[in-house]
Amino acid sequence: MKIPVVTALRLPLRPGREYETRFDREQSTLKMLAIPIASITLASMITTLPILVAQPLLPPLGLMMLLGWRLMRPGLLPMWAGLPFGLFDDVFSGQPFGSAGLIWSLVMITIELIDARAIWRDHWQDWVIASTLIALALLLGLFIVGLAHSAPSSAILLPQIILSILLYPLIVRLCAWMDRWRLAT
Amino acid sequence: MAPPQNRRPGFSRKAQYGLFATYVIAVGGVAFAALLLVISIADPTGFNALRSAGAEITAPVARFFSSIRWTTYDIGKNISAYFDAASKNAALTREVKKNRTRLIEAKAIKTENLRLRRMLGIVDDTPEVVAVGRLISSTGSSSRRIATLSIGSNYNIVSAQPVRGAEGLIGRIIEVGPTTARVLLITDAENLVPVMRASDGLPAFATGLANGMVVVKPINLGESPFKPGDIIVTSGNGGLYPPNIPFARVLKKTVEGALARPMADPSNTPYAIVLESYQAPARAAQQAIIPDGKTETAPE
Repeated sequence: MKIPVVTALRLPLRPGREYETRFDREQSTLKMLAIPIASITLASMITTLPILVAQPLLPPLGLMMLLGWRLMRPGLLPMWAGLPFGLFDDVFSGQPFGSAGLIWSLVMITIELIDARAIWRDHWQDWVIASTLIALALLLGLFIVGLAHSAPSSAILLPQIILSILLYPLIVRLCAWMDRWRLAT
Repeated sequence: MAPPQNRRPGFSRKAQYGLFATYVIAVGGVAFAALLLVISIADPTGFNALRSAGAEITAPVARFFSSIRWTTYDIGKNISAYFDAASKNAALTREVKKNRTRLIEAKAIKTENLRLRRMLGIVDDTPEVVAVGRLISSTGSSSRRIATLSIGSNYNIVSAQPVRGAEGLIGRIIEVGPTTARVLLITDAENLVPVMRASDGLPAFATGLANGMVVVKPINLGESPFKPGDIIVTSGNGGLYPPNIPFARVLKKTVEGALARPMADPSNTPYAIVLESYQAPARAAQQAIIPDGKTETAPE
């Protein structure tokens, strides 16, 4: 049922949906590009919300979102996408600047190498790949902090790694939901 | 999902070069990021401006959520205050009566202390409050323990000022932006705080473990003299942190010192008080002669 007032209020930028052709429609290019980029950058900016924790506990959401998009839609993000997303994450993460830029670039190259060998994978294998890469990325991040400052022992990362691994399927579901929205006509 | 066709470019020269270019850019990106990393390790303050800009952009959102958080916290506290209000009131009245005499005694002791200090000619340098703000976020996913303060150079905050909460020391300022500042928490492994045991003034150093605990190491050699339950306060040695700010409570004695839990919990501190650096003029005079990081001896 159509509500006449709402229909009348719509800005007359283009003909109403009911007069539009129903086939041969195209997706919006802006939406196709902006949604993955915005989701990864916003996930990186989650650390600026008032989440005050005594130890590193918040999963690296930006990296997980990047992994989710990369493993779910190979070919969507170019191989060098780790660098710009990583440098953006460095602005908010508190790590020495360039740390995520380096680690995320290495992660993207690693997935590219895995793609060349294990072509057909299921969700479980993707989860294993993502878990390994997240754990390695966090450990490498701690190592890089240790280069610049005095760093704590690597045992403090264990809760964060476990939490990240358990949260990864949820992130992939989120990516899949955004992917449906992205490609909807 | 299997990789798409564009990874196998076939006979198209253009597609082949395009694919090759992405590989070159990716490897170049690794080198570029490594270069940036080397720069930022050599000069940790080098990218301050960028980080401050990032914090400034997201600060309004963080402030909004922070105020919501404290409002709901206050509502919860107000509601819970109504339970057992009568018996609580009676208990508090008894306590006030008991404390009144103690308070009078404490006042007398304070006056006596002041008179003795004046007789001995000790200049009392009480720390001055620069500004009061709120911690609005922290580096939740990094192993560095840095929090963002809701006020910056607009409230005359400068680097290296100590920050305390109502319960105890929180950390010190390391970067200042126009309306935000970054606080290195005492639980960061980099933060070294000169402390002492409150009961007898035993001097020690404290460093963070990045898991919400600090390690207290006595300066004297030998067996660790700490006992669980010891109260640790700042000693004021070396300037920067004013003396007698509550710091931590010892949980466990270890081989090298003691494991302690900080008094102030950044996630549960409504206000963060920024203090003037302790003995700042003395420090400035020392810096004028030998700046930090210089190994030359002082001019005669």
